[in-house]
Amino acid sequence: MSDATLTAQPDGAAPKVSKVSEAVIRIAGNSQDGIQAIGGFLARLAGRSEQEVMTFMTIPSTISGGPSIFQVRVGSGEVLSAGDDADVLLAFYQHSYEDHINSLKKGGIVLYDSDHVEPKPEWQKTYRHVGVPISGLTVEAIGGTAKDKGKNIYALGLIAKMFDLDVTKLEKLIGERFNGKDTSILKNALSAFHAGYSHSLGGLLETFKFVDSQKKEGLQVVMNGNEALGYGLLAAGVRFGAGYPITPWSDIMELLRRELPKYGGSFVQCEDEIASISMAIGASYAGRVAVTGSSGPGISLKTEALGWAVMAEVPLIIVDVQRGGPSTGMPTNVEQSDLNIACFGGHGDSPRVVIAPANVEDCFYTAIEAVNIARKYSVPVIILSDQAIATRIEAFPEPNLEKVCQDISPDLTPVASHKPYDLSVADGVTSRVVPGTRITNGIYPIATGLEHDEMGHPTGSPRLHMQMSAKRRKKLQTLAATLPVPAIYGPSEGNVLLVGWGSTQGPIKEAVDRARAAGDSVSAIHIRHISPLPNGLDNIFSGFNHVLVVEMNDEGLYGFGQLAGLLRARYGDAKIRGINKTDGLTFKVREIIEKANTSVSAGMRKL
Amino acid sequence: MSSTLTDIPQRGGNITAVPTPGPERKGLTKKEIAADLPTWCPGCGDFSVLALYFKLIEKRKLEHEKITTVAGIGCSSRFPYFVQAHGVHYIHGRALPFASGISISRPDLHVFVFGGDGDAFSIGGNHFNHTARKNIKMTYVVMDNWVYGLTKKQTSPTSPIGFKSKTDVTGALDQPINPMKQAIAAGATFVARTTHSNPAHVLQMMEAAMDHDGFGFVECLSECVEFYEGAFDASNPRKGGVFNTVPADHDVTDEVAAYKLAGEPFPGHFGIFYNINRATKNANEAKIIAAGREKVKGLKDWQILQSTFDKLK
Repeated sequence: MSDATLTAQPDGAAPKVSKVSEAVIRIAGNSQDGIQAIGGFLARLAGRSEQEVMTFMTIPSTISGGPSIFQVRVGSGEVLSAGDDADVLLAFYQHSYEDHINSLKKGGIVLYDSDHVEPKPEWQKTYRHVGVPISGLTVEAIGGTAKDKGKNIYALGLIAKMFDLDVTKLEKLIGERFNGKDTSILKNALSAFHAGYSHSLGGLLETFKFVDSQKKEGLQVVMNGNEALGYGLLAAGVRFGAGYPITPWSDIMELLRRELPKYGGSFVQCEDEIASISMAIGASYAGRVAVTGSSGPGISLKTEALGWAVMAEVPLIIVDVQRGGPSTGMPTNVEQSDLNIACFGGHGDSPRVVIAPANVEDCFYTAIEAVNIARKYSVPVIILSDQAIATRIEAFPEPNLEKVCQDISPDLTPVASHKPYDLSVADGVTSRVVPGTRITNGIYPIATGLEHDEMGHPTGSPRLHMQMSAKRRKKLQTLAATLPVPAIYGPSEGNVLLVGWGSTQGPIKEAVDRARAAGDSVSAIHIRHISPLPNGLDNIFSGFNHVLVVEMNDEGLYGFGQLAGLLRARYGDAKIRGINKTDGLTFKVREIIEKANTSVSAGMRKL
Repeated sequence: MSSTLTDIPQRGGNITAVPTPGPERKGLTKKEIAADLPTWCPGCGDFSVLALYFKLIEKRKLEHEKITTVAGIGCSSRFPYFVQAHGVHYIHGRALPFASGISISRPDLHVFVFGGDGDAFSIGGNHFNHTARKNIKMTYVVMDNWVYGLTKKQTSPTSPIGFKSKTDVTGALDQPINPMKQAIAAGATFVARTTHSNPAHVLQMMEAAMDHDGFGFVECLSECVEFYEGAFDASNPRKGGVFNTVPADHDVTDEVAAYKLAGEPFPGHFGIFYNINRATKNANEAKIIAAGREKVKGLKDWQILQSTFDKLK
């Protein structure tokens, strides 16, 4: 929604309907008000209306209560980020109102619960205020015992009215959500919704209607990144997982625990992080690639076992849903500060694969790619997600499940002989034979963390340690040669190249669009394969004066974020510098542009 | 033979195709089971345990590929290198969760875990408790020598008070762990005690543990001749000690009686202290899987996922 569409109407004018192509709605309340449910309904509705959608949420790390927001950006065109500023702020409490009014565009609408919010006169000039006694009217609509329950659905009705949303579809969504529960709950929810929808939005002089979506790609599915990753693992054929609860990884573990039995698989909640990775490696060793995962501190605990899997060449998937660190850090905030531990964590030389999904849809496909790399190269693969991608909801084209789902059952057919660490294979990529397989020459392999010979038996031979270290490295160099060079967003030559990884893809692309629209020479690439890196990035870098690596982590002791440091180490290129931040929140488009400008002018001239 | 060793799995959490069994094989000879020459010190008690593991494989006609031998770190944990079968030498203290991953996902295999007292009761202490309480099907033999041998004589969690080691030069101060009590309290369903100096008894205990449907735990005293010579003489009749078996009237299903037995001063008793039937983790998971599969009967895997995605539109 552009600023222009929200210019206040003169007093007394008839309410008008404005066509908008997109809108950013921020819902602010407390964590138990069900504001995520409102956001979820809006996101799902957008998916069913073939619109694009992206959400952003913050939750307090307290057990219950505490301020929380959910922001939804819905658009008929491409939606790349959750939006810098909101068009509409729905505020349930005074603190919601006061803390988030600054996130509203000038001229934007603040829809507040007048039972709890006392509007400030000085803000009434800048923002259009619409007060509705949401709490009172909800109680009125669904009965006196309801108290605070249902006011989120009442508010959803108000928003539906304001944006002329499809009531039939929303009713269906509400029905699905409360399906199977006590019928009076569904009845109350629908009553609250209709009461909100039919409330006269006194003071609101304008309602909105989305222009038809140009995007007609057929059916879309709507989910968050953790769900996409979990379902991706199921599609990939993973049938065993083990984990320990930690935010924000736990959702994936809960999903797998619920879903795996349907596929004949199991997920075990273990006594700790070390047991989790050990059990997953055990299952992987015994058959199919298995999964473990964690966030922050849990990843640190897993690193010794990870090194074993590298040494013994056992495939494994490790999901790291990054949060703010170090230590317990900021459990419900986002940070991209685990790149180093993902790539290098552990003692000794232990090359492994690290892939960072760029958006929710990519979480699904990354899971499949990760499993296939782990199998082919007999190596642990870390999927480096983050809190922002894990919790945000996106709509994306439904995958062709019949095509992408795969069966990775091990083959137990007897073999004549087997040499698990065969050094005669030039590219270092050897195959595995899992227990249960008869080896007819009667010589069986050992999987070990000790340096070993070609059969897995321990050796102190300096020559073998050199050869085996090289083998473990070479197979990943073989993999690197197959990885695609990232596509350049924008022209392949110019002044500034923004380099991103992980969940920042959307805002970076939007920053490129905005900067180019303003006449600046900016392009971007997004790196999914963090370790090994694809070859040929230096050719891309050579087309630009500045290479700025955008990442949500600290600039470090030497002035470079974690990916920037890795790229400098590889290419020794002084024009690689960083755009970093550590506030625990996702990048706003504006921040990227401002920081890029500052960096470039500090480095050379204005962007 | 325990049921898991003969049954073709009815479900395939981790496997979907098991080759049809060929004609009955004649069983392995000791020569076919032995791999690397053991690197233990001459006279080490662990030799005895290895020899009896071979004997168990021979006697019960276990096939190479149907067993997996897993160990952590320590002298005794070198075990898998000496056995000709699929084997794993994992990291210190974590052999049990690794073995659990195999056990739960591969009902067609029998998992044997060997380790020492440091692995079991110090660095891996918590895994011991949880594997026991979850009753994950496997056979776990702890070769308890009351000392850290591989790192050359430091105090172990089972070293008695007063034992002089390089880390307790004036004698160990801390209350040692009683493996039997630990196992019973943690919820183990099969708890037995034996000693390397009585080979027939070791075999008997290992065999009973293997046949137990659940977590079968055997503590086997195994003398470290290098760093704790004579530690178990009092239990060895050839060295003037006494080898007392569990009293004939001991009720192995009586937890309190088992705990009392475990509390007797060294050399105490040898034999099965505790043995009950409780559903294994393996069986419980299989039940959940059966219920889950019932709901999606007739659907291919992609169709199960499709039905989930249909709800996410």
